[in-house]
Amino acid sequence: MPEKKTYKITHNRKWCKDCGICVAVCPKKVFEMDHNGRQAIVNPQDCIGCQMCVEHCPDFALIVEEVSHE
Amino acid sequence: MKLDALRSERLPNIWCPGCGNGIVLRALLEAIDQLKLDPDKVVLVSGIGCSSRAPAYTAFDNVHTLHGRAIPVATGIKLANPDLTVIVVTGDGDSSAIGGNHLIHAARRDVDITVIVFNNFNYGMTGGQGSPLTPVSSITTTAPNGTLDRPFDLVNLAAGAGATYVARSGIYFTKHMVDHIRKAIAHHGFSLVDAVAQCPTYFGRFNKKGSAGQMLVSQKDWMVLKSVADKKTPEELVGKTVIGEFVNIERNPAQSGEAPKEQA
Repeated sequence: MPEKKTYKITHNRKWCKDCGICVAVCPKKVFEMDHNGRQAIVNPQDCIGCQMCVEHCPDFALIVEEVSHE
Repeated sequence: MKLDALRSERLPNIWCPGCGNGIVLRALLEAIDQLKLDPDKVVLVSGIGCSSRAPAYTAFDNVHTLHGRAIPVATGIKLANPDLTVIVVTGDGDSSAIGGNHLIHAARRDVDITVIVFNNFNYGMTGGQGSPLTPVSSITTTAPNGTLDRPFDLVNLAAGAGATYVARSGIYFTKHMVDHIRKAIAHHGFSLVDAVAQCPTYFGRFNKKGSAGQMLVSQKDWMVLKSVADKKTPEELVGKTVIGEFVNIERNPAQSGEAPKEQA
């Protein structure tokens, strides 16, 4: 059985404006708004690398890359 | 995808949280990246407005012109140096109200430029006034009880004026948008892409459309692909916006007219 792919989510806090679009478009609920209304990555292990958050981020603040196991 | 053309030192951008312009800008950069254009041969021309800030975040040559006058400047650049790929980045008010005449006449002349309209249904930069693309009965700063006037159908306007490539896409459908912007840039002749974005700060707040994320995802409900819409009756399409490619015709050299030979 092939090993489950894992992805590294890089979040640029300086560019992020906490608009919540990544929370709305993520199919796996990787992101969440915390109690201060700030974007937080809560379930990075669930990421399937679909790039929805990356393509919809208006502030270019997210990068999702596959982690290679070698 | 590597965003080589993005000027990272200028970010974060000035747009409000949840603004759709950044998504259209990314789609535009990706389309240019896929076409493998020489970055020195691409010129972005913009007018005034939120959307017209977009070229400042790219490493391409860009001209920031008067309100509504981006298309005449782009026409001049294309005539002076036909080797350049000229792309006009403009907003809905900029292109359809103040620059409306320039838009239809550039389409009539079939100038080989690409117009990307960042359509957020209002004038975001000045405080959410109604634009010619604001839907009927939407609340804006200038129409607190709802807009009475009917909006332009930008796609049919451009098609009627003689544009040879016209498409519409939404920011939720990023792959669809990249495809159509890429085809528009590669097209020989006047091409227009109506990129439906969002303004959660004014249009969304006045009309109770919810958060930026809810506005974005709601495009799935009120947008219909053209291939699906063709099979539906007009009654089923009330309140829906059709996205896809509407006009794609090869430029006819006999009709467009070749430049007269210089007299010896």
